[in-house]
Parts: sequence; structure tokens; C-alpha cells
Amino acid sequence: MVQRRSLLDIVPHFILALGVIIIAFPVYIAFVASTWDAATISNGQMPLWPGPHFLENYYRTIFIGTAKTTREPVGIMMLNSFVMAMCIAIGKIAISLISAFAVVYFRFPFRMAAFWTIFITLMLPVEVRIYPTYKIVADLRLLDTYAGLTIPLIASATATLLFRQFFMTVPDELVEASRIDGAGPMKFFVDTLVPLSITSVAAMFVIQFIYGWNQYLWPLLITTSDNMQTIVIGIKKMIVTQDALTEWQIAMATAVLAMLPPVIVVVAMQKLFVKGLTETEK
Amino acid sequence: MEKRVTFNGRLLPYMLLAPQLLITLVFFYWPAGQAVWQSFLIEDAFGLSTQFVWFENYQILLSKPDYYRTLAITLTFSALVAFLSLSLALLLAVQADKHIKFASGYKTMLIWPYAVAPAIAGVLWLFMFQPSLGLVSHAIRALGVDWNPVLNPDHAFTLVVMAATWKKIAYNFLFFLAGLQAIPKSVIEASAIDGASPMRRFWTITFPLLSPTTFFLLVVNVVYVFFETFGIIDATTGGGPAKATQTLVYKVYHDGKLGADLGGSAAQSVILMLIVIGLTAIQFRYVEKKVQY
Repeated sequence: MVQRRSLLDIVPHFILALGVIIIAFPVYIAFVASTWDAATISNGQMPLWPGPHFLENYYRTIFIGTAKTTREPVGIMMLNSFVMAMCIAIGKIAISLISAFAVVYFRFPFRMAAFWTIFITLMLPVEVRIYPTYKIVADLRLLDTYAGLTIPLIASATATLLFRQFFMTVPDELVEASRIDGAGPMKFFVDTLVPLSITSVAAMFVIQFIYGWNQYLWPLLITTSDNMQTIVIGIKKMIVTQDALTEWQIAMATAVLAMLPPVIVVVAMQKLFVKGLTETEK
Repeated sequence: MEKRVTFNGRLLPYMLLAPQLLITLVFFYWPAGQAVWQSFLIEDAFGLSTQFVWFENYQILLSKPDYYRTLAITLTFSALVAFLSLSLALLLAVQADKHIKFASGYKTMLIWPYAVAPAIAGVLWLFMFQPSLGLVSHAIRALGVDWNPVLNPDHAFTLVVMAATWKKIAYNFLFFLAGLQAIPKSVIEASAIDGASPMRRFWTITFPLLSPTTFFLLVVNVVYVFFETFGIIDATTGGGPAKATQTLVYKVYHDGKLGADLGGSAAQSVILMLIVIGLTAIQFRYVEKKVQY
């Protein structure tokens, strides 16, 4: 280290601690609000420490839900979000692994055309083709289904590129060895290539699970019935700006529950998360 | 780069590619094509007949001051969020890069907002700044400012900027930290021996060497504000008051929901497509080459 001046070490600690506090503050306030009753919150005099209604509020949120706005227990919304996130993450990884395998390990007509077709989807995010895509899903009668919620989102240029990149680094000797053993392409793929890719797959899973869980615009368009709502959509419907209908203690408990799974994934699998993030963006 | 050893198979590679290609064709190319086609059509008031009109929809769209206002809002929003979240993230990353205790603990406590959905981030900030019951609103009122993001356009805009910045710091921090750790320590040591102060070392050595990371993040942040802040806006302000927080993407959504002007809505989508293509091209071109210092 350049210039060891231990007295000045206090400065970085101070800045970082301040940063951590500012970053965490909104979430702390949400947690505090989820432990008080509606009256305490709505008169604007909520204390800065947790109140006595933790169990009651979370029980009501998960098993009963709001009385007036969303009409559905948040437990069901979490289940919907979980199914959506898992389907998107696993689906993306599965179809990207096999497409990258085809592009790297075979020579066939239109190989590069297929590669570019996948690549260019990077430039067509759902936000720029909202209504035409909605119409196709409606025509296929997939509105309000898990299939409609997930299948249009599982095409992935980033995952295909990442796996292609990784496959290029796998030594050719492994292919030759597995050929000598008499193995065909699919056996090589399942027995050799996929096990070697396990770290990349796990890193990809972390990123895509968060991506899937946090989807907003797409479920907003595709789901209309109460029992198909995801938690991120549900919370928005709980907050009504005009009236006093908003049950803030329930909404904030929902916010905490909506953040919990992806945040746990990031913190618990930090190494994989960082790997996934830096590799997909390259 | 190509593989030297490959497998033989005539049908197999196509079967392996089929699921991915099918989804991209049905849900990406077909709707994108539809948007382009519709942007050249005008439907009569009853939806009975359509007419091919070349660029008339674009002309109508680009003659409305409303559209330029939305564009200006989106650009201001991007500039503010990019500047604020990049500078705050850089400040934190520089501190975390120093050899201090608990550096990895700080890192963990700074990166988790990446996992928070934009809409949830919006809800958290809305709650703190809600005019009647928000804790921070009360503090601001006590200072004599009549804070009300529900009615005041500037306040609403400030609110979405804060929420969007808060959410993006984690991502920028992580990439800045990686960038800082990749700078060879010997360069910095050499300038220290030459007697350069820490501030001077940062601005003449570290910051220029970080420029590829900074440029990459700048593009990513602009893309983020254009396309991913939809959830923040929808959950906090709904584009209001008086369209003060309406971005280009939110406008497409909002106008299309009313469902009246199919051609105009399609023209908006096509313009957005061109913006993404432009931004992606910039990203690939310059990130590949690395910004020079």
C-alpha cells in the first residue's frame, strides 16, 4: 500500500459507513413500518424503531392479503413470482446451453446466420415492442398463464454468448478422448461439457433468477386475474395514491417479502453473483 | 476463433437451435416487424380501413411539442441518474479499494440493492416521501418547504431520480471496484514516489485509467434509465403530475393503453428500437476498442 497513514483510515470507514446507512435506510424504514399498525403510520408519527405488530402484520400479509385492493394473499403472489423466476432462469439456461453447443461444436449451413439471429435480440428489449408482443401472446391464448408469463422471456442472447465463450476455452482433447471412447455428441454434451460448465451455469442462474423475480412490465401486461399476480405487481396495486385505501403496514410487509428472496440469493452466493454479473456484461 | 474439432450431424444442430430460434422469431422478430409495419399505416376512426402512408405517422409524432418534452425529460433523467450514481459509486469504490478492515463486509452491504426490483425501489422511496405520512416529508416540511410529489412536478421528478440513483449505485460500485483492482499498484506507487498527493494521484493516474469502465457504465446507465426505470415510474408517480415524469418508454405504454392511435404508438416503438440499436452499437464499438487515455 502507498503511504501507510493509519490515522487517516478513519476517513474511508466514515464514508463507507455513511454509504451503507444511506443505502439501507429506505429498507429499514419499510421494515419498521411493517411492524406498526395502520393508525400509527397514517398519522405520520411512526417511530424509528420496530413496533409490536410484526407477527400479526406478516401473518395477515402472507395468508390473507389486503382487504380492499389486491384481494389475494401475498403467499400466492410469492408462489407465482417463484414459479416465474425459476422457469425463466432454468429455461434460459437450458435453451442457451444447447444453442451454444450447436454453434460451437457443429459446422452446418446458416450457422452464423443462426448466431446473429440470436445475437440481435439484444437490441429488441420487450419495452420497444410492448403491444405487438402482447397481441401475439393473446392470439396464442397464453394470457394469464405461466407459459405466457415465461416463454417469451426465456430467449437469451447474453446466456448464449456466455456459454459460447466458455465452450471455446474447453480443450479439444476432451472431444477427441470422448470420441475414442465411442461417445456421440449428446453423450459428450451431457457427460463432459455440462459438468464442466457448472460454475458458469450457477452464476447465470443467480443473475437470471433475480431478473425473473423482478419482472414488472411483462406480468403487468399478461396477467389480469387476481390469482396470477406476482408480488412485484401486487404491491403496486396495494398503493392507491388518491384515497386512504392504502394499508401501508401490509404494503411494506409485502415490500420486505418481495426483496427477501433475491437479496438472500445475492448475499449468500456473492461470488457467483459477481462472476455472473461481470461475465454477462462483457 | 473456431473449434478445430467438431461433431458431424446434419439434423442435430438445427434441433438444438430450434427452441431458441423459435422463441426469438415468434416473440422478438415478428412483433418487431409488426411494429415497423404498423408505423407506416393509418387506421380510420372506426378501425374499418387502413391506409399505407409512409412516414406520416412519424411526421405527426415529431410535430408534437409533447414528444420533445418527453424526450427532454428522459435525457435529463438519464444525465442526472448517470452523474449521481456514477460519482457516488466511484467515491465508495475508491474507499473500499483501500486496504482497510471490513472491506469485504462493506462490499456486501453496498451491493445488495442490485437485487431489489425497480418497482419495489420506487415503493420504498414513495413511502418515505409520501406527502401526508412520509417520514422524510415531515422533515422537509419542518424546514419550510411545501413538499408534495403528488402535485408538484419538480418534486415528483426529484423523487424518481433519487429512487433510480439509489438502485443503480450497487451495480456501478461493483464495476468500479473491479476496475480499480485491475490498475497495477506499481503505477500509483511510482507517482507517490514522485511526490504526488493522493488527490493528484487520483485525478492524473487512477481516473484516466478507469475511463474504459466509466464509459461502459455510462452507456449501461443510460440504457437503464431509458428502459428499466419503467417500474419505478409506474409505482411512484404513474408518469405524472402533468406528465412531468413520463419517459419515452412510459409514453409508449401509456398511449398504447388508451389504444386509440396504433400507427403513432408503433412509430414511437420504432424510434425506441433505433435508440437501443444506437446505444448497443456504441457500447460494442468503444468497449471493444477500450477508451484511450
